[in-house]
Amino acid sequence: MNVEKAVKVEGLTKKFGEFVAVDNISFDVDKGEIFGFLGANGAGKTTAMKMLCGLSKPSGGRANVAGYDIASEAEQVKRNAGYMSQRFSLYEDLTVRENIKLFGGIYGMSAANIKTKTEYLLENLGMNSEGNKLVGKLPLGWKQKLAFSVAIFHNPKIVFLDEPTGGVDPSTRRRFWEMIYDAAENGITIFVTTHYMDEAEYCNRVSIMVNGRIKALNTPANLKKQFNSTNMDEVFRKITAE
Amino acid sequence: MNANTTVKPVICRSVGKKYGNNIVALNNISFEAEYGEIFGLIGPDGAGKTSIFHILATLALPSKGSASVLGFDTVSDFRQIRQLIGYMPGRFSLYQDLTVEENLRFFATLFNTTVEANYKLVKDIYSHIEAFAKRRAGALSGGMKQKLALSCALIHKPKVLFLDEPTTGVDPVSRKEFWGMLKRLKEQGITIIVSTPYMDEATMCDRIALINRGAFMKIDTPAAIVESYAENLFAVRGNRMANLLKLLRSHSKVKTSFAFGDVHHVTVESDTSIDEIKRFIDENNSGEVEIYSVEPTIEDCYMWYSLSEDKKTEINNKVFK
Repeated sequence: MNVEKAVKVEGLTKKFGEFVAVDNISFDVDKGEIFGFLGANGAGKTTAMKMLCGLSKPSGGRANVAGYDIASEAEQVKRNAGYMSQRFSLYEDLTVRENIKLFGGIYGMSAANIKTKTEYLLENLGMNSEGNKLVGKLPLGWKQKLAFSVAIFHNPKIVFLDEPTGGVDPSTRRRFWEMIYDAAENGITIFVTTHYMDEAEYCNRVSIMVNGRIKALNTPANLKKQFNSTNMDEVFRKITAE
Repeated sequence: MNANTTVKPVICRSVGKKYGNNIVALNNISFEAEYGEIFGLIGPDGAGKTSIFHILATLALPSKGSASVLGFDTVSDFRQIRQLIGYMPGRFSLYQDLTVEENLRFFATLFNTTVEANYKLVKDIYSHIEAFAKRRAGALSGGMKQKLALSCALIHKPKVLFLDEPTTGVDPVSRKEFWGMLKRLKEQGITIIVSTPYMDEATMCDRIALINRGAFMKIDTPAAIVESYAENLFAVRGNRMANLLKLLRSHSKVKTSFAFGDVHHVTVESDTSIDEIKRFIDENNSGEVEIYSVEPTIEDCYMWYSLSEDKKTEINNKVFK
């Protein structure tokens, strides 16, 4: 039998007037896979990711995320996906509990369910005594952990992480990846962008976009072999310079 | 050469900065930059990098200590300083609805000069985006925005450049290109103070300060900082990396263990050999592993210095949840 796919993309295209931002890309992501979505600035990553999250309609081709068509079933896609970025994650002037309640509510979770899961989450993060503190008052590392936990609070099939570790100190950045591993082990598919090339190594597979197209897609080990490089930084430079 | 080369172009003397009563953004920051030096402030968000730039660019008053730029005091002589420095703030600072060309012209006019008069200085950078001269700045990609912002910070021929995280969110290729540009500016005698959260960029600086929670942990050349690292550091590679990480942390002689690209970096007690760790991994049959001594990176150094400051107990308790 086929491995279950969390993402199926076929010929996905997005045009803005004459400009082709995403040009006929095709790829699959397995359930529970950590998939690194890399590319230069302006290569079309954000545009592609917006379509996959059900936030922007494709100009051509199709994609299926968590079992739903991104064009005709965008609402179901949103319900079954989580999202976190460096720029937007939590409301700083709401407390930890209020943030969890807000996001749980947005995703249609019942009040009772939110309540039990909140206690479990705070316990798990070791943040029991922080529940009523404003998120803005938390140290960055805790915010990061909490933002990720909130993004997967409604138990999505897939979570989109857009540069989740930008500006974070080196140890927190690594602990964050350990949380990602745990989530993937629990069957949540991880779709992640990053500019840290060492983090590309932590992905099961990596795609590299150049000018709207996927120029390379493979495991980090195979990409290094294919491009005769010692690390992913070199692979990235060779591919984007071509 | 500058007229007044006896005074260092940038000096901070025991600078402290408090916001309100209890937020200490900077604690006793002291450093001096040389003419034609690239001095890097290396640290994560919230470490205090931007507060240092605000004080040096005369946008904030120090709560303690003093600072000077090109011999002028940042508090009493702020007008002179503003004429002489270029400042590129962390967040995109250009006018999004002006075109590329209009932005550059605007900044030149602000400083009583023209694009034509100083074109030579920005040519190397501006030529990369000149083809988009009529495009609105808001419609540029991250790498191009950054080149325009640098051009605008340079167009009045400053003697000192303050660049607050110019490469954040920029892809690795554009970042490398950007550092090449900084190097050529430095060769023209411009002093550059630059901050970055990307630790691999530290090696592009002449000297760096590792900053954490408002304080400098270390100031030196990147090579000397690497040299000063006193830990026993191994790299470990195997087939099941996630398991391997947990296993390594369970060993009593392992101080820290973190993922570093396709290997784990492990620090161990000084009396612990590679063989001992290798045997331990084999006994727990974690499959084929490779283990060898490695040179630390700046990131290893940063992690170690920030750890040795206040997290010793954390290591002892092995709280790595």
